[in-house]
Amino acid sequence: MSGRNRLPEGGLIDRDQRLSFSFNGRRMVGCEGDTLASALMANGVRLVGRSFKYHRPRGIFAAGVEEPNALVQLESGARTLPNQQATRVALYDGLEAESINCWPGPEIDVMGVMGWFHRLIPAGFYYKTFMWPSPAWPLYEHFIRKAAGLGVAPDAPDPDHYDKMNAHCDVLVVGAGPAGLAAALAATRAGARVILADDQDRPGGWLLNERREIDGKPALEWVEKALAELMDADDTRVLTRTTAFGYYDHNFMGLIEHRGPTQVDGGDTSRQRIWRVRAKQVVLATGAIERPLIFADNDRPGVMLAGAVRAYANRFAVKAGSRVCLFTNNDDAYRTALDLKAAGVSVPAVIDLRRDPAGDLPTRAMAEGIDVIEGAAVTAVDGARGVKGIEVMTLNDTGDGVTGKARKISCSVLASSGGWNPAVHLHSHSGGKATFDEERGIFLPGDTLQACRSVGAAAGTFDLSGCLDQGLDAGKQAANAAGARKQSRRKPPTADVEDEAFARLLWVVPTTGPTGRKSKHFLDQAHDVTVNDVQLAAREGYQSIEHAKRYTTLGMAPDQGKTGNIQGMAVLGAALGVENPGQVGTTTFRPPFTPVTIGALAGRDVGALMDPVRMTPMHRWHELAGAKWEDVGQWKRPWYYPKKRETMHAAVARECLAVRGAVGILDATTLGKIDIQGPDARTLLNRVYSNAWDKLAPNHCRYGLMLGEDGMIFDDGVTTCLADDHFFMTTTSGNAARVLEWLEEWLQTEWPELQVYCTSVTEQWGNITICGPRARDLLSEFTTDIDLSPDAFPFMTMREGTVGGMPARVFRVSFTGELSFEINVPAGYAMNLWSALMNAGEKYGITPFGTETMHVLRAEKGYIIAGQETDGTTTPDDVGMGWAVSKKKDFLGRRSLSRPDNQRQDRKQLVGLLPIDPEEVLPEGGQITVDKQEITPVPMIGHVTSSYYSPTLGCGFALALVKGGRARHGEVVYVPLEDRIVAATVTSPVFYDPDGEKLHA
Amino acid sequence: MFVIHCPYCGEREETEFHQGGEAHIERPKDPDKLTDEEWADYLFMRKNSKGLFLERWVHRHGCRRWFNVARDTHTNEILAVYEMGKEPPRAVAQKIAAKVKK
Repeated sequence: MSGRNRLPEGGLIDRDQRLSFSFNGRRMVGCEGDTLASALMANGVRLVGRSFKYHRPRGIFAAGVEEPNALVQLESGARTLPNQQATRVALYDGLEAESINCWPGPEIDVMGVMGWFHRLIPAGFYYKTFMWPSPAWPLYEHFIRKAAGLGVAPDAPDPDHYDKMNAHCDVLVVGAGPAGLAAALAATRAGARVILADDQDRPGGWLLNERREIDGKPALEWVEKALAELMDADDTRVLTRTTAFGYYDHNFMGLIEHRGPTQVDGGDTSRQRIWRVRAKQVVLATGAIERPLIFADNDRPGVMLAGAVRAYANRFAVKAGSRVCLFTNNDDAYRTALDLKAAGVSVPAVIDLRRDPAGDLPTRAMAEGIDVIEGAAVTAVDGARGVKGIEVMTLNDTGDGVTGKARKISCSVLASSGGWNPAVHLHSHSGGKATFDEERGIFLPGDTLQACRSVGAAAGTFDLSGCLDQGLDAGKQAANAAGARKQSRRKPPTADVEDEAFARLLWVVPTTGPTGRKSKHFLDQAHDVTVNDVQLAAREGYQSIEHAKRYTTLGMAPDQGKTGNIQGMAVLGAALGVENPGQVGTTTFRPPFTPVTIGALAGRDVGALMDPVRMTPMHRWHELAGAKWEDVGQWKRPWYYPKKRETMHAAVARECLAVRGAVGILDATTLGKIDIQGPDARTLLNRVYSNAWDKLAPNHCRYGLMLGEDGMIFDDGVTTCLADDHFFMTTTSGNAARVLEWLEEWLQTEWPELQVYCTSVTEQWGNITICGPRARDLLSEFTTDIDLSPDAFPFMTMREGTVGGMPARVFRVSFTGELSFEINVPAGYAMNLWSALMNAGEKYGITPFGTETMHVLRAEKGYIIAGQETDGTTTPDDVGMGWAVSKKKDFLGRRSLSRPDNQRQDRKQLVGLLPIDPEEVLPEGGQITVDKQEITPVPMIGHVTSSYYSPTLGCGFALALVKGGRARHGEVVYVPLEDRIVAATVTSPVFYDPDGEKLHA
Repeated sequence: MFVIHCPYCGEREETEFHQGGEAHIERPKDPDKLTDEEWADYLFMRKNSKGLFLERWVHRHGCRRWFNVARDTHTNEILAVYEMGKEPPRAVAQKIAAKVKK
């Protein structure tokens, strides 16, 4: 026997396969086929944790996905899983689990004192109490999070891996209960490609929990036969341990499949995988979730769902307790009473809210000698750490009060049933509405926006016969709609119909005093939300369920309120004076239905596969040279090349001085390059650039500014005329794809008449830039067909020829302010040329430099970087480039520049900043103020956009955007930092060679 | 996630595409003739209709071509796809006309 509550026979467990496990350090034994919850119950464990807010003792409440209380931390270390529902953890040998939210354990919990103060912590308590003083919130939050918390996330990398599968099918059936199996059978027989997904480890759905018959034999025999037929079919796939977690547009469904041998181990395969299924038709057979009655102290360990108690007895051969009372408003709970009785468990009483329960099941129960107390209510539950007994009183006609003398009944479990809620979650994800059935008090799937059908309990059909019929019908219809029309003459399965009477709807079961006075009526046990909390929210003006939900946190715990949401809506409705929950409206269900691990969502897109890395032809050389890397978009660019034990500061200073004093070499391959050809190429440039392109002659280069239609700088770069109908555009490295898309968008959507093609050639050309006073000397050793003299090859021109015997385009442009040649060769030659230049340049002191040095040098020249000096609110004039704005033509963004706001004198303008202390390097993003005052709020007049130490100037310097900055040259401004205030002088943004003598040398 | 029928490539997943906002907004021929309000209207004001909506999409990770889509923003049903510069198909146009009448 595996545990004292194990029934001597029955169940779908393998009694020979004994599994050892531990809970809170206590070693126990369960069976193959157990869940952690059933194994705990078999071993007599009643207390599994403490509640979220009040730290009340809690036990196992349900048997499936709806479990609000029995959350555990599964295993430890890198594979640990927090907040796992014990009802959904399949038991395995060696399992270790711990309670969450209690210390040192669920038996003695230090924070249990919270319960004594319950009157002080109503709904919205945290919002109300910790609002003041607002800066102290982080301090409060620290302690609140500690006191009211759930499990802990793993702090080490996940050792397992995860997969993603893409699948298409004609019919996707979600749920393998009787309706789902029937639907899958019918669709398969019609010749459709079918996927059947179910979250349990074996098909059968609720039949696994019941003692029911199909075709006169135990229902599970029919399930086995159905499964065998489906497995045998060529185009049908059955996925078990697979939960449909989200239903998205155009019949796209996300499923998560658990594959590893255990929940926490991937074994030899992927631990979980996500199925991305596109289905022509969907059948939702997702079943129903039982709803508990809401009565006084309905959270005591031992208070459970009636259907769950039945499931434990029938499926797991475990009795929830030795004396089980039932409390119901409907006939279904009598099945539990009858099944328990048959299993030899004592059932002292069934308390029925109804006056005269006369259906088949109550009649049978009475015939079996079960004490049925009619028209009565449970008014109290004794036993804080586990049910010891209950008190029962007569319910009045209106259901809002109790009368008479309380009858005490001793029992260890009280199982309640308030009816079953169709699981309309996926229907709701798909955009479908839920409609309220007033007679039965349930939400049913209403109109659907997608090609889907709900069947069985998910559609409010609770009788077995109806489930089978509906499933077969929907499966056939779905297959037909998907184009599969084979006829089948198979005899449909049959089941006996049990006549069930209507339930008595009563959202809150009254007790002797006012609700919440001496006891608590819990709606959401996982988040400790009571009836009184929702009523308080209504009194405080929360009239929409969406607002009340967020205020009280009803339904926002890991279980998403699967057992309490509808009662919560009813309570809010009653408090607002509307008739039924249908008028309050449902909260919209959103994916995921059950939590999905981040690992599964990431799949294989982790580590090196997370994002593609783009490398230049010289990547390996940079690596060997010890380059530190900077990520620019997806590109890896050398940031700087430190020599042994050299700091970044020292390396950058060395590189800067080498460029300014001798010659530096830069891998500029990442520069975006777009080849533009066609008779209308020039027209296109004229329209997308703010400056004029009419007169740019072949072999000449021009700097251009690209604006959005709002007049703000979008990108900049140098474009060269190769021929009248052929141009070569360069863009910012990280912006290349966006610029190409921008050109294409305008060409295709607005200017289709232009004859011009744009082609990305970024990767076709390697760009090696040599710059510095010795650049010409070095290059002259490599070319005979290009005259490098300043007159023959002036600044802002391009020459085609050979460099080192390779075909090349050499651009005399400069981003560093020095004499500079950008040598473009076909990418395959670039590494070859690079090493040749390095070898020949040794005598000139050639120094490779990275992006950091490039930034220092360009900033010394006051050259902007789009995206650093500009932020989407910056016009050409703001950065002092009014000269690049043509007055004679229209171009994208021109009209916006004349808007009054873009004409203001106090717009933020580009300036230079020189800290008074030359050793000071301002932080980029630092805010700038006029006064040295410390009274808050301090008026900000701008911010630092680029800031470096300049070895050339021998001091720190910065570029900044400052309100009315051009009129402030010479003024002293302040940058308040955490520990000090730095004073700096406003200057021109050009710090080096303002007349461009070096550039033109 | 939508399935979009690219007029040039056929049915593809939405992840291959990029939405480009409302369709049939023409760039003014002579922006200088526009008041600031009219220019702002062109620049910023877009419909946000529940139901039929005409929008632009580009097959970014495919043929890189732009085209128009008629989509029901409530059901996300795609009623038609049609080329740039073309008017919406007659069935869609009739729906718009019916809506205007109401």
